[in-house]
Order: sequence, then structure tokens, then C-alpha cells
Amino acid sequence: MSAILPPSDRLWWKQPIDKVEWAWIAIAFVWGMIMFAMMIYWHVYGKQNLSNEAYKTTPEMFAAKAEKFIAENTVRTETDQNIPVVKVPAGGDGYLIARLWAWYPILELEKGQTYKIHLSSMDYNHGFSLQPVNINIQVIPGYEHVVKMTPTKEGTYAIVCNEYCGIGHHSMLGRIYVK
Amino acid sequence: MATTYRTCPVSGLQFEDQAEKLMRWNAVAGVLWLLVGGITALLVILTRWPAIKLLPADQFYLILTAHGIDMLILWILFFEMAVLYFASSTLLRCRLATPKIAWLGFWLMVVGGIMANVAIFQGESSVMFTSYVPMQAAPHFYLGIILVAVGALLGVAVFFGTLVVAKKDKTYQGSLPLVTFGALTAAIIATFTILAGAGILLPTFLWSVGLIKEIDAQLYRMVWWGLGHSSQQINVAAHVSVWYLTAAVIFGAKPLSEKVSRFAFLLYILFLQLASAHHLLSDPGMSAEWKVLNTSYFMYFAVMASMIHGFTVPGAIEAAQRRKGYTNGLFEWLRKAPWGNPVFSGMFISLVSFGFLGGISGVVLGTEQINMLMHNTFYVPGHFHTTVVTGTTLAFMSITYLLVPVLFRREMILPKLCQIQPYLFGISMSVLGLVMMGAGTLGVSRRHWDMAFSGAPFQYEWPGAAYLMMGLTGIFGVIAVIGGGLWILLVVGSLLFGKKLDGGKVSDRPTPIPGNTQAASAVAHGSDHVPVPGTVVLALLLFVCFVLYYFVNWKYLSEVWLLS
Ligand code: HEM
Ligand SMILES: [Cu+2]
Ligand SMILES: [Cu+2]
Repeated sequence: MSAILPPSDRLWWKQPIDKVEWAWIAIAFVWGMIMFAMMIYWHVYGKQNLSNEAYKTTPEMFAAKAEKFIAENTVRTETDQNIPVVKVPAGGDGYLIARLWAWYPILELEKGQTYKIHLSSMDYNHGFSLQPVNINIQVIPGYEHVVKMTPTKEGTYAIVCNEYCGIGHHSMLGRIYVK
Repeated sequence: MATTYRTCPVSGLQFEDQAEKLMRWNAVAGVLWLLVGGITALLVILTRWPAIKLLPADQFYLILTAHGIDMLILWILFFEMAVLYFASSTLLRCRLATPKIAWLGFWLMVVGGIMANVAIFQGESSVMFTSYVPMQAAPHFYLGIILVAVGALLGVAVFFGTLVVAKKDKTYQGSLPLVTFGALTAAIIATFTILAGAGILLPTFLWSVGLIKEIDAQLYRMVWWGLGHSSQQINVAAHVSVWYLTAAVIFGAKPLSEKVSRFAFLLYILFLQLASAHHLLSDPGMSAEWKVLNTSYFMYFAVMASMIHGFTVPGAIEAAQRRKGYTNGLFEWLRKAPWGNPVFSGMFISLVSFGFLGGISGVVLGTEQINMLMHNTFYVPGHFHTTVVTGTTLAFMSITYLLVPVLFRREMILPKLCQIQPYLFGISMSVLGLVMMGAGTLGVSRRHWDMAFSGAPFQYEWPGAAYLMMGLTGIFGVIAVIGGGLWILLVVGSLLFGKKLDGGKVSDRPTPIPGNTQAASAVAHGSDHVPVPGTVVLALLLFVCFVLYYFVNWKYLSEVWLLS
């Protein structure tokens, strides 16, 4: 008689399903398939897909590569902490270190150029949150994630850390310039 | 073991003595955790409210860790144990299998919960409930959670055992009631969820005491979300069961189709485990193929299941109301529903808020590429406060208005306040979820102490609208805390001071559920089919919102930097 009693019709599985219910099930199913197809469509035709390129690494290995990149491409330093501003060669590779509690170094990019930005963490999980664009990518220690990015607008951008990484998490702010 | 059975004179429900005690203790323990969780909620919200910013950073992260554990794990799990015992022993009118083990499970959960809280409040375990490695908490933080999990697993085992007892003692005929079937789904999901949890928490515990050197950070996230996501499915299965239960008790509603509703529950079991992937969409270590397959193709069957329940629950209510003669227009059945009864109003707000806010936002958030717009932003807690709070918590709150008289034999005090509580809590929490999602859409981070980034080498100024959203978060958060606090006050007040009600006849043998009469099964054979046009309109409205919001987000995505 009701949902708290055994089905009154002992052969409930033989009861026909009403047309309206069938229709709703069909809508839900088709919609699910459309949403599924949408993701694949975007992989083929869309311009915003998260890169698949990732390697296992260690903090030492990644830091060494990043230091080399910084040594070769630094154009100036900024702030009283002398954070290097590093111009990533157009179409080339840039390295961004996430560590307690800084994004290092400052990257300088050009609008319309495509860069391979390598992301990794030296310690805990961090969150690469590019603002005000609002792109958010998890950064995990032991993994080097190579993300191809093409800035579409000039400006000064902030990298907020949006994965909790300890007491200084809120002060972990980085910078990207797009010329 | 000798036991007794009490038939409640109000509801006709039959409570076995041991099961009744366990339900009471579990529910009360749940409410106490909700109290602790509610206090932490107030502190969290007053800190995230930029104009107030109450706590210093270290205390904020400590309190937020406690909020996650006490709410999501302890409040919900304890209450779910009560639901499981209710759905088995009470609805099937049989004795509880091995009550000793059920008590052992209960006390393990209590000890574990206290242990984890001690670890958190000692200050060395502010790692959030997700405790991503390599950030490390004190060993007794992990141990506490493991004890809670083991205790819950024992409770689940007792539930399964009780189903066997009912079958053996023939206390019912035919198939399980739908509500019990839903609880069974929840229990099955709970079993493999807790096993996944053991798979990750045991090594993490060993690592915290130095017996294991390293745990891969990506692997941890993957296995942890095997626990973290599917446990949300336990909650969904549980609160959907509570919706059906409410519809049955208030309206005498029967499912539109047993087959469809049960099939939808089954889909939860079949396709849920895979959905843990949608927490890893913006992670480096997994391929796009893996992400698309796991989140979508399979997850959408679980989405489909929820869409089905979202249709059949109001549909069952509409059909029951129309049978009673509320047949005018599309919505007389809804207008004439008992809006002054908190059991119903809470359940209906839960249904609408879960469907329109929690459901839609969850699917959008779980779309591979769109996830990049929201991952780890305030959107995420915004989303799940409209699933696990307005969905699960509110459903549990509203069914409690029924349980207090029936199970605790007390009349609810202050009925006028009881009437407004679901509205106060449900609406403010829904708005809270919305403005949190709004702030997240503007980029504001979750788990973040300071929007002004004090101490950072640079400045970043959030858009004014983000501050507005966070201010509204503060206001509606405080109202929600008042709404939740009111519920605790009403429930605890009623348990202590409510008018004592007659317990009803006690017997030392269970009265089985009577078999079907000829007439009842004739009725069941479709001869009483009632169309449900109002529900169709509501469902189509949901669908239109869903589609629009989904594509709006693709549009947003197409406007950001190019990524490949
Ligand atoms: C009573 C009113 C409540 C308010 C005002 C509230 C407020 C909040 C806020 C603002 C956050 C986000 C904090 C941040 O990321 O910085 C949060 C996180 C959270 N809330 Fe609530 N909440 C409430 C009730 C609940 C309930 C009932 C549950 C669960 C059933 C819950 C579960 C959680 C969880 C799991 C988190 C995530 C913690 C983390 O990020 O580790 N909340 N809450
Ligand atoms: Cu960080
Ligand atoms: Cu951080």
C-alpha cells in the first residue's frame, strides 16, 4: 500500500510502467548521453582542455629544472624579496614552483603565444587558481604537470593558492604578467 | 534473547526494545555532534565574513577541520545508524540481530569520534577532513576516524543480519518495503565505501606513526575519494529513503511504480563508485579518457537515478493527494498539502533544494572541463551545503519531528516554532548555498582565511561582487545557524520537557505485517492509476533550469585562456 510496507502487488516487477514515467526516464537518459558527448566534443573542438601531460618527479628534480629555467630567462627582480621575473620564451617551457607559501617565480608571458607551463609542488598539495580568469588546477607533490596555456588578454594576474596548505595558505599569492 | 515489542498507538509502528534503545542513543549522539558542528559552523561563517573575520588563521583551520568531521562524518553517520535500525527492525517488525554487536559499534563510533575531536582540538591535526598527504595529523586523528568507520561497519552488518532475521521469522511477506530497500542500497554502498576508507586510512595511520615511509599524494587522493564520494551516495540513498518514508506516513503515498523506484536505487549501487573521479578532474595524474569515462558515462546513470527519484517522490504525493480529491488544476494537491506540518514542509524543501540547487550544481561541477572553473573554489562547499545540508540534514531534521513522539514518546514543545523551523533553516541554507556558489564563480577560494592576502608579497583585489557575496554568505550563514540551533533546542527541549505520551501495548512477540487482502492486490493492479500533471510540470521546470545552467557554464569556459 505504501513505501513502508511490502509492495501490495507481490509481482510488482510485472506491473507496467506508466508512459509519463517512461518519458521522464528517457529524457534523463538522453540528457546524460548529451552531457557525456559534450565533454568529448569539447576535447575535439573546444579550446579549453586540461592537459594530459604529467610525469612523476621529485621536489629535487623539479627544483633543479626550474632553477635552470630561472637562471637562463630572468629579466629583472621585483618586490623587496627580489623575486625573479622570468620571461618565458614564446612557445617555450616555463616552470612554476608551488611551495610553502609562495608561487615561484613570477612569469612573464605574451598575449596570443602558447606556453608549456610546468607545475609541481615541493611539499604539500597546492591549488593553482589564476585570477581573475578563474582557472583552477590541483598541484600535487611528486607530479610534474605540463599545462599548455595561451593568454588571451594583457594584464597582471594573480595566482591564488586554493588548496589548503597550512597556516600561511592565505599569503600564498603569485603573479603572472601578460604583455 | 528475550525482548519485547511495543506498538506505538499514534503511528502503528512496532518497536523492538533493543532496536528502539539503539535508535534513540544513535539519534541523540547525532544531535549532540550536530550541536558541536553548529558551533563550529558559526565560528567558520563569522571568520569568512570579511567584515567580521573573527578567528585568527590557526584557529580558523582547526575549527574548519572540526566542522567537516563533526558534521559530515559524525552527525550524519550516527543519524544514519538510527535510520538503518528503523528501516530494518521497525519497518519489518522483527527483532534486531545481535544487539550486542550493534552496541559495540555504537561505542566504537563514540570513542572514535571523541578521539578524532581531541586530536583536532589539541591543535596538531588541522588537516581538514580530507587529510591529504603529505600534510600530517596526529596518529589518534586517523585512529579515531578508523574506529568510527569500524563501528559504522558493525552497524551495517547488524542491519544486514536483521534483514535475514525478518526473512527467517517471516515477519513480512513478499518483497522488502521500498524504504527498507533504499536503506539496503545505502548499506551496501556503505560497505564498500568503508572498505575503501580502510584501504587508505590504515596506511595513512601507519605512516603517521612512522611505519610507512611515504604515501603517493595522487594515489591518496584517488583512494580517499573512493571513500569520500561514495559516502555521499550513502547520504543520498538514505535521504531519498526518508523522502519516501515521509510521503508514505503523511499522505499514505505509494510509489508510482515499485519497479522504477527500486531500479533507480539499484543504479546508485552500480554506478556510484566510479563517480569518485569527479573530485580529481583538475588533477595531473589521471588521463582525460579516464576522467571522461569515469565521471560521465557512468556517473550520469547515478544522475539519472536521482532524476527518477526527483520525479517519483513528488509524483507519489501528487497521486495520493489527487486520490483524496485535490484534483483542481495543476497544483491544488501541492497547495493543500500540510505546509504547517514540519515533517512535510522540511521534506519538501529538502527535495526542491536538493534537486534544483544541489543536483544541478553537482553535475555541472562534475563535468570534466567545466570543473576547472570551480575546482577548490567556494563553489564546492556551496554545492554540497545544498546536498548534504538542505538535502540530507534537512530530511533528517524533518523526520525527527515524527520520531520524537513515536520513538521518544514525547510531544514536541512549542509547535509554532516547530512549524517555522524547516522554513528558516531550509530557505536560509539554500540561499547560503547559492551565494557561496556565486562567490566561487567569481573565484573566491574555499578553506581560505583571508581574502586580503595579508602577508603576501603582492596584492590582489577581488571584484566588489565577490565581497558582496561573502557578506551575504555571512548573513545567511548566521540565519542558518539560528535555524539549526532552533531545531536542536526544540528537539532536546521536547525530549526533556515535552508531554509524555502513552507508549502503547507491549508484547513479548512481534505481530507480523498482515498479508495482502484480495482487495488490496486488485487495487494494486493499476486500476487506480492517477495521472500526475503537476509533477510533470515541476520536472520539466527542473530540466529547463538544468540545461540552461549547464550550457551557460560552457559559455563561461569558452571565454577563459586557451588550455590544452
Ligand atoms: C548550520 C549551518 C552551517 C553553516 C553556516 C556552514 C558553513 C560552512 C562554510 C562557510 C564552509 C566553508 C568554509 C571554507 O571553505 O572556508 C563550510 C564547510 C563545510 N561544511 Fe558547513 N555549514 C553549516 C552546516 C553544515 C552541515 C549540517 C554539514 C554537514 C552535514 C556541513 C558540512 C561541511 C563540510 C563537510 C565542509 C567542508 C570543510 C572543509 O573544507 O574541510 N556544514 N560550512
Ligand atoms: Cu599553497
Ligand atoms: Cu594553499
